[in-house]
Amino acid sequence: MSLTPKNRDVETSFWPRALCALAGGILFGLGLAVSRMVRPEIVLEFLRLRDMGLLLVLGGATGTCLLVFQLAPRALKKPLLGGIFERHPGHLDKRTIVGAAIFGAGWGLCGVCPGPAIAGLGAGLWPLAWAVLGLLAGAWLHGFYASRSDRFS
Amino acid sequence: MTVLSVFPALSGPFPNGWAHYLAGGVLIGAGVSLIYVATGTAAGTSSFFSAQWSWFSRLSFFGHARWRQERFWRLAYALGLIAGAFFWRMGTGVRLTTAVAPWRLLVGGLLAGFGTRLSGGCTAGHGICGIASLKRESFVAVPVFLLTAIVIAHLLP
Repeated sequence: MSLTPKNRDVETSFWPRALCALAGGILFGLGLAVSRMVRPEIVLEFLRLRDMGLLLVLGGATGTCLLVFQLAPRALKKPLLGGIFERHPGHLDKRTIVGAAIFGAGWGLCGVCPGPAIAGLGAGLWPLAWAVLGLLAGAWLHGFYASRSDRFS
Repeated sequence: MTVLSVFPALSGPFPNGWAHYLAGGVLIGAGVSLIYVATGTAAGTSSFFSAQWSWFSRLSFFGHARWRQERFWRLAYALGLIAGAFFWRMGTGVRLTTAVAPWRLLVGGLLAGFGTRLSGGCTAGHGICGIASLKRESFVAVPVFLLTAIVIAHLLP
């Protein structure tokens, strides 16, 4: 997520990295389909507090990652394909909070967030193409806004 | 004899069962973890949309080196998401549909897309990767977007 470290490992592992992203994406997409999170109605049922399933999905995914993210950098000197275990340069300011609120409003309106919007197309949920278009437009608007205020990240 | 009959207390909050939710969550975690162990990158999903604009847009924001470095593997990641859900569809034969109106998907997507990029992460970036990395901004962002989404979903039919 952060700026890719400038070292030889990263430059020579372009295709292995892309293949790992593909494989990780396949597992992610499978998980979104198995848990039915690709279906907006299931997410909206959670947001209306009628089915707490989404908490199990988020909990299962976050719990797994918490273990791996905390243990891997201790067990391995560096990632299997080289480079470093990155610390994403995030920001905690007004944008973090206002952005999260706008994201939540959109998520609550349509029941779709970025992962399920993309995976939904593979599950045959064709109307989610509207959500993908919206997400692309929203990301462009953010880029437009960030370009004007000359900000990155 | 369903799993629910063994854990009857769980049928209240989970009227549609719970095992597939947990299994799906662990699969998602396995995918994100694989990328982390192999490449050291905590891979959210919303950066995909910003990264892809770098192929076309001349806005200075999209000209940043980060997007050029990430846009290819993020495209592969997105293709994987589609492929994984497609394999599930082929394997199970389940045909999912949605009755959510196109305008809601489009407008909701627009807000979600702008908001997630402003905030620096979505349900995957802040929710899964951020919490797993113990990032303080994610511990703020996740409750904010969950609460906002719950309120909006209750206000709208």
